[in-house]
Amino acid sequence: MSTPAAEISVSGLNVHFGASHVLRDVGFSVGTGESYGIVGESGSGKSTILRVLSGLNPKWSGDISIAGAPHPKKPPRDFFRRVQMVFQDPYASLHPRMTVDATLAEPLIIHSIGDADAKIERALHDVGLDGGYRFRYPHQLSGGQRQRVAIARALILEPRVVLLDEPTSALDVSIQAEVLNLLQDIKSARNLTMILVSHNLAVVGHLCSRIAVMKDGRIVEETDVKSLRAGQVKEEYTRELLAASRRAHAIAPA
Amino acid sequence: MPDNAMPTEAKNPAESPLIEVKNLAVRFHTPTRIVEAVRGLSFTLGREKLAIVGESGSGKSMTGRAILDLVPWPGEVKADRLAYRGKDMREMPTSERRALRGKNISMVMQDPKFSLNPVMSVGKQIAEAYRLHHNASRTEARERSLAMLEAVQIREPGRVFDLYPHEVSGGMGQRVMIAMMLIGEPDVLIADEPTSALDVTVQAQILDILDSLVSARGMGLIFISHDLPLVASFCDRVIVMYAGRVMETLNARDLSQGKHGYTKGLLDCLPDLDHPKERLAVLNRDPAWISDGGNTP
Repeated sequence: MSTPAAEISVSGLNVHFGASHVLRDVGFSVGTGESYGIVGESGSGKSTILRVLSGLNPKWSGDISIAGAPHPKKPPRDFFRRVQMVFQDPYASLHPRMTVDATLAEPLIIHSIGDADAKIERALHDVGLDGGYRFRYPHQLSGGQRQRVAIARALILEPRVVLLDEPTSALDVSIQAEVLNLLQDIKSARNLTMILVSHNLAVVGHLCSRIAVMKDGRIVEETDVKSLRAGQVKEEYTRELLAASRRAHAIAPA
Repeated sequence: MPDNAMPTEAKNPAESPLIEVKNLAVRFHTPTRIVEAVRGLSFTLGREKLAIVGESGSGKSMTGRAILDLVPWPGEVKADRLAYRGKDMREMPTSERRALRGKNISMVMQDPKFSLNPVMSVGKQIAEAYRLHHNASRTEARERSLAMLEAVQIREPGRVFDLYPHEVSGGMGQRVMIAMMLIGEPDVLIADEPTSALDVTVQAQILDILDSLVSARGMGLIFISHDLPLVASFCDRVIVMYAGRVMETLNARDLSQGKHGYTKGLLDCLPDLDHPKERLAVLNRDPAWISDGGNTP
């Protein structure tokens, strides 16, 4: 699927952590409104890509542009209005001493956006939580509800790009389904550009149209869901990943 | 050991099931209410791979812990029968029960990062587990540990033996745990989500190791997991639990034909690479599941 306007384009991205070369010449591009998946084992560098794109990892070399503008090493404040990230573990990514209301108000205060009350109300509504959750603390919420709050926090600034780092891997399958449905609704309603990182091929295949397979800091193959499903993959490693994922999900739905 | 309570089984102790659980209940008394983690669970385990599946909070881990008498305070375990090889474990003195743990029944925990001793090399930990149950010298324990590390397919056992838990990867840590649990040569292995912290490719390797060790030694395996498709391909029998109750017990290969609403719901909400769905089904929990348990029409 070729897209005329690339929202995100990355080429020759290299990241070193001390002596270890974490990302090696990574390059890909994501069109506006597209969802792009990155799969690979732990340690393959997939989360590092998201951390670079979200400005959390200032040490990198290469060319990145987001929405046509070059990606700065230390992004200015208004960059974060355009790019937001959702983390893996909803138990760790919400402040335990802040209510849902305070968590959602913080980005609005940082960016001096007014009308917080209505915006928080709507953000909660958009992720399927009613007003009763607004003044709760994270420990009063279930895992799925917490991840919804984390998604609401990312969306409240109305970003163009959302980066999702294993958004469902800490959740039960039943809750995972709710969160995946929610992401799909939001994606189609807002024309969001998404990058989804996961080790679960089925999850990535559900949300994304194009998928990059990573190994040892390189993108070894870029493919689309159709050819993945048909088993038309070039790399031995992708085939292995596919086989492992099929084996783990070897049961046909009723 | 003949057991007066169960004369039929005492005649042939080799034939009696490895684990018998009848009407197991685990309760936690909290200041405000009584939390019922497990309510009336019954099953028997032979030399087979039995899976217990369910969501978090369904009581599956507590079942494993109750068998080993590892339910944390203020938990209370009640059962009509909780037997190992026809002998009721509730009547055993604490010392005898402790001796069973690790030697006859052992448990692999979910996360090697939190379950291994961070200040002891992994090899020493395995050797310690061996020496706890066998009267063996240090060198013998070391040799056994190295052999065990090799059995769980660690490539350089000599090097890994001296590594500390933070120096090994997740998959390797999990293999170390399995080695430690199997070195006592137990009859029953309880594996609590042994692969859910691992990548799919590593997961497949760990399952292969477990599978070959279980069949080579004729062990009974209780495999606790939340991953239905995984247990369907790996285990023989599956118990589906919800809110501490058994919803359904079925043969693993028939899991996709599960009749209970909960089993179906769990299967339907999985994304599937080969059968794309526009929207995923969401599980609707029926309050009646808690009250009438597995007795579905």
